[in-house]
Amino acid sequence: MFEVKGLEAWYGESHVLHGVDFQVGEGEVVTLLGRNGAGKTTTMKSIMGLVPRRRGSIIYKGRETVKMRPDEVAKSGIAICPEERGIFAGLNVTENLMLPPVIGPGGLDLPTIYALFPNLKERAASQGTKLSGGEQQMLAIGRILRTGAKFLLLDEPTEGLAPVIVQQIGRTIRELRTRGFTVLLVEQNFRFAATVADRHYVMEHGRVIDMIPNSEIEAKMDKLHEYLGV
Amino acid sequence: MFMIFGYPVALLFGQLLLGLINGAFYALLSLGLAIIFGMLNIINFAHGALFMVGAFVAWMLQNYLGLDYWWALILSPLIVGAFAVVLEKTVICRLYRIDHLYGLLLTFGLALILEGLFRNEYGSSGLPYRIPQALSGGANLGFMFMPLYRGWVVLVAVVTCLAVWLVIEKTSIGAKLRAATENPGLVQAFGVNVPRMITLTYAAGVALAAFAGVLAAPIYSVNPNMGSNLIIVVFAVVVIGGMGSILGSIVTGFGLGVAEGLTKVFYPQASATVIFVVMVIVLLARPAGLFGKAA
Ligand SMILES: Nc1ncnc2c1ncn2[C@@H]1O[C@H](COP(=O)(O)OP(=O)(O)OP(=O)(O)O)[C@@H](O)[C@H]1O
Ligand SMILES: [Mg+2]
Repeated sequence: MFEVKGLEAWYGESHVLHGVDFQVGEGEVVTLLGRNGAGKTTTMKSIMGLVPRRRGSIIYKGRETVKMRPDEVAKSGIAICPEERGIFAGLNVTENLMLPPVIGPGGLDLPTIYALFPNLKERAASQGTKLSGGEQQMLAIGRILRTGAKFLLLDEPTEGLAPVIVQQIGRTIRELRTRGFTVLLVEQNFRFAATVADRHYVMEHGRVIDMIPNSEIEAKMDKLHEYLGV
Repeated sequence: MFMIFGYPVALLFGQLLLGLINGAFYALLSLGLAIIFGMLNIINFAHGALFMVGAFVAWMLQNYLGLDYWWALILSPLIVGAFAVVLEKTVICRLYRIDHLYGLLLTFGLALILEGLFRNEYGSSGLPYRIPQALSGGANLGFMFMPLYRGWVVLVAVVTCLAVWLVIEKTSIGAKLRAATENPGLVQAFGVNVPRMITLTYAAGVALAAFAGVLAAPIYSVNPNMGSNLIIVVFAVVVIGGMGSILGSIVTGFGLGVAEGLTKVFYPQASATVIFVVMVIVLLARPAGLFGKAA
């Protein structure tokens, strides 16, 4: 359903992705693992069209998207929850939540989103950036569930959060999977990744260097440790 | 005759009204500048010239097509706004990736070209524009005589400013606008056509200037310099209010108009400079302006 082939990306002169290849099937949760600076975030941004220059092939539902503008990519049904969360200071929680336009049918309605993230309802009138880190992360995930986009890019949603909130986000991702969403997840924490994902791609120096099905993760633990340097 | 602090009441209110009129134009123009600056990060130096073009378009509609003031109030902002769309799509859009200085130079150049064109065609002595029938005359308020048209200008400006503020602060379009001034890339990645939004924002800010130009036509004579005389003060208003602040530009616009008017009563020698004195004081105390957020 989603396939990246030979994806390259640049920031100015610096060549960051050197031919990234991977696939995500419909309804799968797939992670990108890798050390700091491996190119995971750049891969996510390249998919959305948010890098200055990129080349290669990104096919979503049979359509080549690598030449599209970010808004066109979004309208094709892909939505991003960025690493820095991207909560708008000038908007309150409700406005942040309602900001992404609906691009098609099949999005979750507000009561369902509030049921997933009860904190958001209580803080509806607060300024977006006045929320706690965990609440901001919930807001960043919640707001892309409304739009009807069925392919979600989540960039390190658990980064810097308390264990209970990490668990809540884990439950949410599993819930999204049962609701038919497809998820590409960037993670540093592969123990967390193993609780939600079907498969894992390992990135290094701007390339995908290995693929590990979740069922084999125990057996390949040593190799993973070596890849991630933990 | 009534007196307050030893000044005749009629003089006081007369200057207050004059201050409010000037404030109305300061507010409308600085509001447009604020919207444009927030979204495009460009200080639109052509703003005064486009205000002037708005007034000229009203004059042309009347003299060439026989369309009256009320038509001009609608058509002139649309025509000048359409011109702004072309301007943004052909030249201004090239500025976003380069140094801000070029935006300043380009829009300043545009202002000179526009003013030059109109001066060439119509001279600089000014063309008369009649006050519409329905708004001519005035009312005696007891303490002063109020020319109807001036009251109308203040009213329309206040309503327009409030409407713009409401749209920006309270609607979903406004939320998109505010979000896009913070992080245009992410807003676009959510499926909003940000480049089109930028074009329309520029057009809206310019249309506001043209609208102010039509309002000004019956008060000041329609002449090629009417914008450049005003815009210097408007830039001071923008700096005092806080670059890019919507509320700041409205409140400061009216407030400084009134301050200027009152200075004419109490200390006429300073009336031309009072705004700049305020600017210096504000910049010393709050460099980001009264309503600006410190960077
Ligand atoms: N805006 C930028 N300009 C220039 N270089 C950048 C920029 N963003 C990232 N890079 C470089 O690109 C490379 C890949 O960065 P990227 O953010 O994709 O890594 P990552 O795998 O997401 O890392 P992390 O786990 O720390 O988030 C790094 O070497 C980084 O220094
Ligand atoms: Mg990253």
